[in-house]
Amino acid sequence: MTASAAALPALKDALALGLTEAEYELICEHQDGPPNQVELAMYSLLWSEHCAYKHSRKLLRTLPTEGPAVVMGPGENAGAVDVGDGLVCAFKVESHNHPSAVEPFQGAATGVGGILRDIFAIGARPIAVLDSLRFGEVEGEAGTRSRYLLDGAVAGIGHYGNSIGVPTVGGEVYFEGPYEQNCLVNAMALGLAGRDALVRSAAAGPGNVLVLFGASTGRDGIGGASVLASAELSEGDSDKRPTVQVGDPFEEKKLLECSLELLARGLLVSLQDLGAAGLTSSAAEMASKGEVGVEIDVRRVPLREADMEPFEVMVSESQERMLCVVEPGDLDAVLALCEKWEVNGAAIGAVTDSGTVRVLAEGEPVGEMPVRALVDDCPLYDLEPAKPERPVYPPPRASRAPTTGAEETLLTLLASPNIASRRPLFEQYDAIVQSRTVRRPEQADAAVLALPAGTALAVSIDCNGRRVAADPYRGAVESVLECAANLACVGAQPLGTTNNLNFGNPEKPHIAWQLTEAVRGLGDACRALDAPIVGGNVSLYNEGATGPIYPTPVIGMVGLLPDHARAGRLGFAREGDAIALVGPFAPALGASELAKLRGEPLPDGLAETDVEAVRAAQEAVREAVRAGALSSAHDVAEGGLAVALAECCLAGGLGASVECGAGEEAELFGEGPGGFVVSGAPEALKALGERAALRVLGTVGGEALRIDGVLDVGMPELAAAHGSLAELFD
Amino acid sequence: MKFGVLQFPGSCDEVDALEAARRVADAELIWHANRDLKGADAIVVPGGFSYGDYLRAGAIARFAPAMEAVIEFAREGGLVLGICNGFQVLCEARLLPGALLPNSNRRFTFRQVQLEVLNSGGAFTRTCALGERLSIPAKHSWGRYHADERTLRAMDESGQIVLRYAEGENFNGSLHDIAGVSNEAGNVFGLMPHPEHAVDVSVGGSADGLKIFNSMRMAA
Repeated sequence: MTASAAALPALKDALALGLTEAEYELICEHQDGPPNQVELAMYSLLWSEHCAYKHSRKLLRTLPTEGPAVVMGPGENAGAVDVGDGLVCAFKVESHNHPSAVEPFQGAATGVGGILRDIFAIGARPIAVLDSLRFGEVEGEAGTRSRYLLDGAVAGIGHYGNSIGVPTVGGEVYFEGPYEQNCLVNAMALGLAGRDALVRSAAAGPGNVLVLFGASTGRDGIGGASVLASAELSEGDSDKRPTVQVGDPFEEKKLLECSLELLARGLLVSLQDLGAAGLTSSAAEMASKGEVGVEIDVRRVPLREADMEPFEVMVSESQERMLCVVEPGDLDAVLALCEKWEVNGAAIGAVTDSGTVRVLAEGEPVGEMPVRALVDDCPLYDLEPAKPERPVYPPPRASRAPTTGAEETLLTLLASPNIASRRPLFEQYDAIVQSRTVRRPEQADAAVLALPAGTALAVSIDCNGRRVAADPYRGAVESVLECAANLACVGAQPLGTTNNLNFGNPEKPHIAWQLTEAVRGLGDACRALDAPIVGGNVSLYNEGATGPIYPTPVIGMVGLLPDHARAGRLGFAREGDAIALVGPFAPALGASELAKLRGEPLPDGLAETDVEAVRAAQEAVREAVRAGALSSAHDVAEGGLAVALAECCLAGGLGASVECGAGEEAELFGEGPGGFVVSGAPEALKALGERAALRVLGTVGGEALRIDGVLDVGMPELAAAHGSLAELFD
Repeated sequence: MKFGVLQFPGSCDEVDALEAARRVADAELIWHANRDLKGADAIVVPGGFSYGDYLRAGAIARFAPAMEAVIEFAREGGLVLGICNGFQVLCEARLLPGALLPNSNRRFTFRQVQLEVLNSGGAFTRTCALGERLSIPAKHSWGRYHADERTLRAMDESGQIVLRYAEGENFNGSLHDIAGVSNEAGNVFGLMPHPEHAVDVSVGGSADGLKIFNSMRMAA
């Protein structure tokens, strides 16, 4: 250690790497003296918010994580639920927000690459991707940068998913001012595996070999975890561009096939992907979970740039790499398979019984740290939540306030970027590769993927950040209910949930309050729906110069339906069908899309939801869809009942004639959880009405949406308004 | 009758093509590094990104050992179907006339498209009626068919323009709305839309693509 001992880093270097003085002192204690450069770099990453969840771990412990279907819960690369017939579905959502704000195409692309690796790291073949995106307002001059980010992120997601042969089957996007300086790019992936084929990441067996395989290691993404993921963004972020990783989906495709073939042949003891903090985090976490030590010689790592320092090799975030533990007798077979798939494979070290992570350079030790200190002993912080006394967010800028009446209001809402058809986005994604996609985007409220036995998975991702901002607890509850409602509309029952908590700086009391309340809502709603959390991710410090993002706990939910031939659709399907509003729907204009367009400030709180009543309505709709009794089912969300009706007309290419009470604004355009628009034979709706609150509204048919005494808008006019996003992509 | 489906490291739709072919006959994957076509009676070059396609779609794949065998197989009259990236590979290998350029909308685009059958006599569309409409998904970013006018005239005269995008369906800007072409001998056929993704109404939106595989089974 003579070379590095000459220039031991000091406290100021630790501070520059994002550690606090107290944390630095704790590290010195663990190391019996000041850490050297390699050690400090590794501690700074593993003790970053991104890796250590130091402001959120205590909260996350309050979430429900157990249920009859859960096969693998939080803590592994991805969670997994039993889907019957010997199969499990692995799934997880993850964020790549800050990299995408710096370079949207690569940031989003590598976000997809990272979440896919999480899925195949546990031995599951990725079968679907969904995305959850947030940008600033995209219209007009002021929207130029947000349009650039949207365009780049969508192209990046498509590029990666399309090229690797995993369909992107769904997603959501919202445009709101608070995301202008801090966009959100969350990606969710699902995978399928035999129940017995799942592999864990715990290293085991001292003497076993550590094999790094995949792309070679370069200087890209160095310090990404600490510099990018754990600090607020500010002006001049183009300086951070070199820390954004560059993705190569072809490399990942080979890595995916190679990993799955290695597992299928039983050649691996354990497997782990390399994500944030690269080798540092993968090796330390494998050692921690297996309660062993590891030893890595950085000079045996295949490099892209020959002169890399040991610490650079250890923290590089070069993409498309995996780390596995192999029994010595299997090493040759492992390396031969790497050769077949044309990926680098190198034995870079060994599992030891030392309980330390030991870093060597050509056999010479250059760093050694106790595994426990690195992974488990990062201090956890208590939040100091306080409800803000004044509103955190300024009222939205009034943009398209409709003035002349209900027809104009409906068309304005349909054309609003938060409601308009997402076709220009999802058409850039291959939604059908792997021949499993029973419901493509805009065919149903949830994507539906057929399983071999004739059953199907359904998946939805959702979060209305504006409503969470108005009321973090109830807004989070609503997000969970919305996902479950989407599943109910295709006939699926929730099996498990994943979440990505996107919030501002948790060291600020009002953000801590948002986070605490939202997690409480998330936990309560998941418990009430029996949809336990099997994994997820936390992204904090999402703030720009003008303030924090809306609190955005993105919820991804996976469910199962017994017969894919009966998966529900959202569009009206048959002339003469009766249309009904089902469920305990109590719409209000506060925090609605219409209120936003009018520039109204967020209300202080949302109305309380009777979660049990919503759950009962969801069950009733789900059973009716499963029985094949309904022609269509769609949940009422942004834009309220009138927009939901218009969406059913547009998706099915059929008009409708309905009555909606006195036609009051709140009735037509108000929002709230618990409402479904369904269509079907009158007697089927009558039966459904015996199980849930139900009001018959009218009949499917004609060439227009007619709301008695209120509005009468032809289908072409509805379609033109709904198609407004197309011009953003010209 | 047996289909052989080529598999490159970056193939994406090879399993879909394999399963589609298995609906009408036997089928087996053929690894790109192998020259042995395993006695297949017809070859499918599937969609995807063969070797990453960083140079130009299909430009490297044509040199694969398996492709060398396919070129020989085609010259001897064997049936070869190229789908999407496979179509690009067959053009690069000069088994088919013309070339595929980046879409005129400059984006990867996935859309269910309506096609019209312009030649129902050949080996790939003999179960279709002349003028019949097929509903088949397309998904690509390099799908704009191009050939010079003289070649196009000759192709038209010899019935090599087999499929055309119906009116309003040509999102990629292909010349003369061309969606699928054959060679002069009629034993090699390439198209940008994916018939292997239209073999089951529940996931494909239609089963019209099966007609291509059934035609090949009858012709082989």
